[in-house]
Amino acid sequence: MLSKTVAELSAALDRKDVSSVELTQAYLDRIEKLNPDLNAYITVCKEQALKQAAEADKQRAAGNGTPFTGIPIAHKDIFCTRDVLTTCGSRMLHNFVSPYDASVVERLQQAGAVTLGKTNMDEFAMGSSNETSYYGPVRNPWDSSRVPGGSSGGSAAAVAADMCAIATGTDTGGSIRQPASFCGITGLKPTYGRVSRFGMIAFASSLDQAGPLSKSAEDAALMMNAIAGLDSRDSTSLDHPAEDFTAHLQQSLKGLRIGLPRDHFTADLNPAVQTILQDAIKVLESLGASVTEVDLPHNHLSVPAYYVVAPAEASANLSRYDGVRFGHRAENPVNLEDLYKRSRSEGFGDEVKRRIMVGTYALSAGYYDAYYKKAQKIRRLIKQDFDEAFKSVDVILGPTSPHTAFKLGEKNADPVTMYLEDIYTIAVNLAGIPGMSLPAGMLQGLPIGMQLVGPAFSEARLLNVAHQFQLNTDWHQRRPEVK
Amino acid sequence: MALDNTDVEKIAHLARLQIKQPDIDEVTSRISNILTMIDQMQSIDTSAVTPMAHPFDATQRLRPDQVTETNQRDRLQQIAPATENGLYLVPKVIE
Repeated sequence: MLSKTVAELSAALDRKDVSSVELTQAYLDRIEKLNPDLNAYITVCKEQALKQAAEADKQRAAGNGTPFTGIPIAHKDIFCTRDVLTTCGSRMLHNFVSPYDASVVERLQQAGAVTLGKTNMDEFAMGSSNETSYYGPVRNPWDSSRVPGGSSGGSAAAVAADMCAIATGTDTGGSIRQPASFCGITGLKPTYGRVSRFGMIAFASSLDQAGPLSKSAEDAALMMNAIAGLDSRDSTSLDHPAEDFTAHLQQSLKGLRIGLPRDHFTADLNPAVQTILQDAIKVLESLGASVTEVDLPHNHLSVPAYYVVAPAEASANLSRYDGVRFGHRAENPVNLEDLYKRSRSEGFGDEVKRRIMVGTYALSAGYYDAYYKKAQKIRRLIKQDFDEAFKSVDVILGPTSPHTAFKLGEKNADPVTMYLEDIYTIAVNLAGIPGMSLPAGMLQGLPIGMQLVGPAFSEARLLNVAHQFQLNTDWHQRRPEVK
Repeated sequence: MALDNTDVEKIAHLARLQIKQPDIDEVTSRISNILTMIDQMQSIDTSAVTPMAHPFDATQRLRPDQVTETNQRDRLQQIAPATENGLYLVPKVIE
């Protein structure tokens, strides 16, 4: 039962095969059993979840159900949850009980979802392996000596290990897609501005976007229906007509034009991953899609440009943590500067401090043109590359990550090595367009994801392609054997 | 772009961070490596390109200038490290 999709669980709740209280209790039991090893959750909301489940059972019985009524979900610990600890993976917020709910949390609650708890993540979403969390690394359910990816690693591991039905995540440079790839699940980063950022702790405001980590493309579509749409409390939220993201799932792929970026399929990409992607492409071709090559000539500049834009915005966003109004405060400060400096130095981990300093440097007097402005210019070139490619193709297909999940400790000696992990995902954030990762195969017992990227507002089309692929393959149904 | 320890200490001060002396060499070397990677940006000429601040070149929405928030001071100060009479407490700033 716990491995079922949201769509399947919703039908089971409707048929009264199971109640939400029973389902919630079963997930809570599994969390209790697995979390000591996997460390996917920072906080488990046992009592609140059972209360919400009982209420959801009443609502469904009264005929007031939505697809999410009574479905046990998890939120990345970057989303503020009223009266529940919200740490963002940081010591800085080890005592932060949020006074309000994020819009994403509020909308899913209104849809009747049951919140099981808050998932572990890289500190302030800065990382690609979940190793920067103050609360310890998350372990990959497929192999506990490996990382789950990051920064939404706790959400990805929780979905893959059936510790929730579906989870929320955020993606600033690949933080939904790369962990989805490493854990063998489906993850969608929507168009920038499609999902409200209100109450989502800010990392890089011009790149951050929330989205689902799920067991199927259909589930991702269901969650998008619940969370997407204009929010007056987020000034960058887009006023785009509402749509039913499940409406086109059944559409045929006849005539679909797929572009393969020449620079993604080079010697740098593991040959076994190439073979897996070629097999996936054959499946899509057999469903009526055609394939051509496309060029993204500035993709190699996406990581350098990102590591100016993201740290610069982070250095501004994280200036709010000063030990005065909330969060960690150093003991016995001798003066105000000492209060700021010690609270921040004790509260932040090494990677967060590094990025704040890189951003502070890039924005400091005399360097703005050489760094932030230059990066914004490259951002436009990257966006134009995608615009050009989408004149001849509907979606772009490539790898999500150059390889399968790596070992804990393998890549955290040098920050730049870790940054290059996101070489295939970062350009999508810089361009503001939607991208998703879905399971495409297995390599030595570990899942491999493929990435689909489309023009702005093409989420429904991406979900359609992913759903049709999942109707004809079973990679997304593979589950790790977790003891 | 290579930085020296003095540069890094200055940046840390601007960001209101402290670096412990035994860590300073490593912090400087790692930040320098990051800046070297970032410098790949200089490999192309972008003089004719307009900077992109927002993916859809959107501007900020405006709303009517009306009071919509209610006063939640007491609630919000419950999570503050130190308050008194509705004020946040910090070390003495003016003698």
